[in-house]
Amino acid sequence: MNDMSQIDQGVSVGDIKMRARDVDVFYNAGAGRRSAEDLRQDASAVRAIKSVNVDINDKTVTAFIGPSGCGKSTFLRALNRMNDTIDGCRVTGEVTLEGEDIYDSKVDPVQLRAKVGMVFQKPNPFPKSIFDNVAYGPRIHGLAQSKSDLSDIVEKSLRRAAIWDEVKDRLDAPGTGLSGGQQQRLCIARAVATSPEVLLMDEPCSALDPIATAQVEELIDDLRSRYSVVIVTHSMQQAARVSQKTAFFHLGDLVEFDDTDKIFTNPSDERTESYITGRIG
Amino acid sequence: MSDLPFEKPPIRSLFAQDARTKKRNRAEARFRVYGLAAVCIGILALVMLLLSILSNGLSSFRQTHVSFPIELTAERVDPEGNRNPGEMARVTTFGYLPLLAEAFEAHLDAEGIETEMDIRELAAMLSEEAPAQVRAMVLANPNLVGTTLEANILVGGRIDGFFKGRVTMESAERDRNVTPAQLELAQILAERGDLGTSFNWSFITAPDASGQRPEAAGLGVAIIGSFYMMIVVLALALPIGVAASIYLEEFAPKNRLTDLIEVNISNLAAVPSIVFGILGLAVFINFMEFNQSSPLVGGLVLTLMTLPTIIIATRASLRAVPPSIRSAALGLGASKMQSIFHHVLPLAAPGILTGTIIGLAQALGETAPLLLIGMVAFVREYPDFVSVHSNAFPLMGDGATALPVQVYSWTQRSDPAFVERASGAIIVLLVFLIFMNALAVMLRRRFERRW
Repeated sequence: MNDMSQIDQGVSVGDIKMRARDVDVFYNAGAGRRSAEDLRQDASAVRAIKSVNVDINDKTVTAFIGPSGCGKSTFLRALNRMNDTIDGCRVTGEVTLEGEDIYDSKVDPVQLRAKVGMVFQKPNPFPKSIFDNVAYGPRIHGLAQSKSDLSDIVEKSLRRAAIWDEVKDRLDAPGTGLSGGQQQRLCIARAVATSPEVLLMDEPCSALDPIATAQVEELIDDLRSRYSVVIVTHSMQQAARVSQKTAFFHLGDLVEFDDTDKIFTNPSDERTESYITGRIG
Repeated sequence: MSDLPFEKPPIRSLFAQDARTKKRNRAEARFRVYGLAAVCIGILALVMLLLSILSNGLSSFRQTHVSFPIELTAERVDPEGNRNPGEMARVTTFGYLPLLAEAFEAHLDAEGIETEMDIRELAAMLSEEAPAQVRAMVLANPNLVGTTLEANILVGGRIDGFFKGRVTMESAERDRNVTPAQLELAQILAERGDLGTSFNWSFITAPDASGQRPEAAGLGVAIIGSFYMMIVVLALALPIGVAASIYLEEFAPKNRLTDLIEVNISNLAAVPSIVFGILGLAVFINFMEFNQSSPLVGGLVLTLMTLPTIIIATRASLRAVPPSIRSAALGLGASKMQSIFHHVLPLAAPGILTGTIIGLAQALGETAPLLLIGMVAFVREYPDFVSVHSNAFPLMGDGATALPVQVYSWTQRSDPAFVERASGAIIVLLVFLIFMNALAVMLRRRFERRW
């Protein structure tokens, strides 16, 4: 076991699902595969994430907090290779999902993203019907054998996202016609429809009002029973409410990673304390 | 906060406007007047254009005919007597001319209409196309031989112009092609009901006619040529343009080469169309030896000309699709191709369709490049898409002409009746353009989705 194992004693968490070791993320890195050392020397490359080590546990909500621009979203996107779509962005170090390096050349990011789903900051349903929104993932991954199978998956996903009762009578209505909170839960339903193992959420409540936020937070707590959830949030109260583990990022460094209770009551780093008490950030 | 003395501004009434506000309001009022004036000038220009084209061209959709009995005796039209169209075709239009002239004179005699004109002058009232018209009827239906045909026969362009207000008794005095006596006779025939105007279907269906017979000239070949070219343009420019745009917008690495290509596409959109004509002449006709003036070559040249328009429009509409849709699809584990074809392309489709139809409309109205590849030729034969006349490259199509080129060549001809024909052709062209633009608007409405 590694040095992180001791913190597992505080709260009940599952096994380690994803492991990030010595992860650096560079922007403006140019083309070609270059070593981390080489990139660190390059003045034109922006080192957005600096040697981060994080373990994501199963059946746990892990929160990433930190001031704007600290790299928490960048690191989140490194976990399902969404950074690949950004020109000049390079990730070095090792990120494993159940022991398999997700940055290995044999890995197809498409398969990875089916296992590591993502919910975005702004609700972004497809301009299609509610049913088609949720059915899209299962369709492209061939998860349903028949039409009734597909309807089952859609219903189950919508129920899991706690939106079934609101939309069951209008599955043919466009997903874009829902309210902001409903749209975000639809996006969560869409993400869970592909049965991911890890669910990444990038500030899922920042565009929502307090009531919708409460609904989504409740949902995140439910989702914990099945998935490993990673959530980026600006709201420290939210991190305290929904997460079991919290990582505090500052200027690209992982300052502290510990049980949420410990971070918010007895942080070991001065910067964490300043941040959660509102002195920096 | 600061130690500087803070001067309280003097209290001003809200009801009195200060100088700055007045100036701003005046500037705004001035700008509104400028804008309104600009719109009015535009509308005025459009109204004048439409008025001039419609007043000149609408009359081309009506044509003056005369009808009198023509005895089709077998010895004149079928000397062999076996009703075989192949052998009857040996009697040329020169054989039919006296037949018509005599029949016309006989008709006048029978009806008791007095005239001092001789048979040559009477025959000159009929269109030069008239014998060909009757000959075509006889060849199409050999059973007519031996019967008396009562058909609408085209009259000459000047007589036609008399009933459309283009030719008057005074102008006829000075005109070598028509005499006042002919016009008077035409007037008498019109009052009797033998001569009249009717809707001119042959203007839309008939091929072009020579400079001496404007009354017979039609747009049939030009419409078919334009239609074939539009098929070629649509079949080539749309897939090539959309594929190129998707590659450049979504897949191409952002480097110098891509930048160079992008700049050059924008430049190509601004290249004068005649340059594409020279290119087409050099590549398709001189080098690849395709048939001159065939719709395929015209379509290829117009495709090259339309491609930049379609690529620019397609890229703009691809760029307008919010990136969150792409992220959403990628985040679900869709491949790049799936995210583009399932989500981005359907959202961009209205823009792509509009761009394509605007490009097609531009191509439909293009004249200059077609002049260089020989489409300005005088074509009487209806072209086939797959040529049966050319042995070398049967797939290249027959020689044809196109609507705007037909307008161009008609405006070159000396007979004033061709002004009417050219304006009529412009009306047909405008109707096609309005139809295509309406289609673009309709498709846009139909496929537009909001997010």
